Amino acid sequence: MRNKITNIKQLHLVANTIRQDVIRMLHAAKSGHSAGSIGLVDIFTALYFNVLYHDPKNPEWPERDRIILSNGHTCPVLYASLANAGYFPKEELMTLRKLGSRLQGHPHRGTLPGIENSSGPLAQGLSQAVGMAIVSKAEKKKWRVYCITSDGEQQEGQTWEAVMLAAKYKLGNLTAIMDRNNIQIDGFTEDVMPLEPLEEKYRAFGWHVIEVDGHNIQKIIEACEESRAIYEKPTMIIAHTIPGKGIPFMEFLTEWHGKTPSNEEKEKAMEILLESRKEIEDGQ
Amino acid sequence: MLNQDMHLDMNGKPASLRDGFGKALLELGEKDPNLWVLTADVAESTRVHWFAEKFPKRFVQVGIAEQNMASVASGIAACGKTAVISAFGAFNPGRNFDQIRVSICYNDSKVIVHGSHTGITVGPDGASHQILEDIAMMRTLPNMVVLVPADAEEAKKATCAAHASTHPAYIRTGREKFPSFTTEKTPFEIGKANALRDGKDIAIFACGVEVYQSMKAAELLEKDGISAAVINVHTIKPIDRETIVKYAKKCGLALSVEEHQVHGGLGSAVAEVLCEEDGVPLRRHGIYDTFAESGEAPELMRKYNLDAQGIYETAKEAIAYYKK
Repeated sequence: MRNKITNIKQLHLVANTIRQDVIRMLHAAKSGHSAGSIGLVDIFTALYFNVLYHDPKNPEWPERDRIILSNGHTCPVLYASLANAGYFPKEELMTLRKLGSRLQGHPHRGTLPGIENSSGPLAQGLSQAVGMAIVSKAEKKKWRVYCITSDGEQQEGQTWEAVMLAAKYKLGNLTAIMDRNNIQIDGFTEDVMPLEPLEEKYRAFGWHVIEVDGHNIQKIIEACEESRAIYEKPTMIIAHTIPGKGIPFMEFLTEWHGKTPSNEEKEKAMEILLESRKEIEDGQ
Repeated sequence: MLNQDMHLDMNGKPASLRDGFGKALLELGEKDPNLWVLTADVAESTRVHWFAEKFPKRFVQVGIAEQNMASVASGIAACGKTAVISAFGAFNPGRNFDQIRVSICYNDSKVIVHGSHTGITVGPDGASHQILEDIAMMRTLPNMVVLVPADAEEAKKATCAAHASTHPAYIRTGREKFPSFTTEKTPFEIGKANALRDGKDIAIFACGVEVYQSMKAAELLEKDGISAAVINVHTIKPIDRETIVKYAKKCGLALSVEEHQVHGGLGSAVAEVLCEEDGVPLRRHGIYDTFAESGEAPELMRKYNLDAQGIYETAKEAIAYYKK
């Protein structure tokens, strides 16, 4: 089953809704990671509302594509995407990080439908995704594995252990999407621990590499389609994103990595998002 | 003096515990098409190569990458499989604790972690490779079952029992060959300690290769007129409180023996039980907060008092101290 929206305008409206949800969730939670979550909204919209074969009403459908969020701290965008796709009621989004909630501070495979595996400590998610893709390939299944990974976690040695194993097994059914937003807790990635040249690194490790604008939903969808056509190699889509994209006072600022909006900031952000919604509706 | 219900053969042939583990995987692989095995460049050393040769499609060689191995196994388990990860205990779980904690235990993944070449009996490789802290690490983890089999036959049973369990498990084995003294008929149940020998003066709680040594020590003690009970605590977690309390109370003195640091392992688990119950005095015997060194296994067991003679002497000291 594929809940596929092909109209780009419709997808932008979904992305706008998810941005509003994420802002309200983080405001209510009073802790969490804002900039990264907001910056990933367009990628998650493309995945859950166009690319993925899945069935929100039957989350354990064996033939579903799997999504693993390796940089688990950006899970508000995952939760908001799941709720909007119909995995669980949207009202539950406001329980993020609260006692008794199914929406844990980092993704936990337990009671929340749609969560494939617990992750959070950086780089473990990519390895988990590789394990799933190995099984799918060995059993000649059609389902694919998508792994969202951050740029910061490329600094973990385990990432490259997983990268080598994926190439060894020629996992053409694995698509990783790197959130290349250039920030990590202590500052800019290239100051903390330079990562470039990332594209050359992945190519040298035997992966197919595509670079895209991580806010161009059409291009993200096209890159995912291209990765489906590559049989002998895993694909890394390096998605260049702007942390906090769509909310100008958050964009590019490292301080918004681990901060949540105050009452005033939330109101301001919602005003901005409602305005952008009108622009989307008025546009083509 | 042996407990006949336990079906022991004290003249059994020497065999390595890893062989029991490897044979179990081979048998389980036939029965269970959902069993997968992974290793980190030590297929033959850990004996998973038998499985690999028979079931190559369900075998994953990850190279020297124990961290990746643990998380990949979690991914495989998430697809409804049972995954076994096998490597030297110094690195699995010595190196990949975080991955075992989150990828495996937090997911309650059906993954069996096998640490081979554990303890001082790995011998000449020296202290860097003689993991003596693994039981302590693994028994702190929620969902994890911790098994320390006593010989090759029990290693086979422990592997089958872990496979039948619904939780992750850690199985500890060594490389050195030791007498196989349990038989096919000796009972094995996760969480149920086996009293191999009854006694009334001192209760020796042992695990792993120290069980056989403790049985031999009990024979030496008997010659001095000391009646020692020997209990094989093959499951460190969940610990068998009932059996521990029963024999400790009966003897009025307990001694724990393990090829592991005295901090955090079997001795600590027994201490936790006893201090919450009637506070029977306990002497913890093992490696006393130090790194060991290179040497042949029997030489090291002698030097660190983990052979029958060392256990016998430790028991005598404990009796002299506590039962004046």
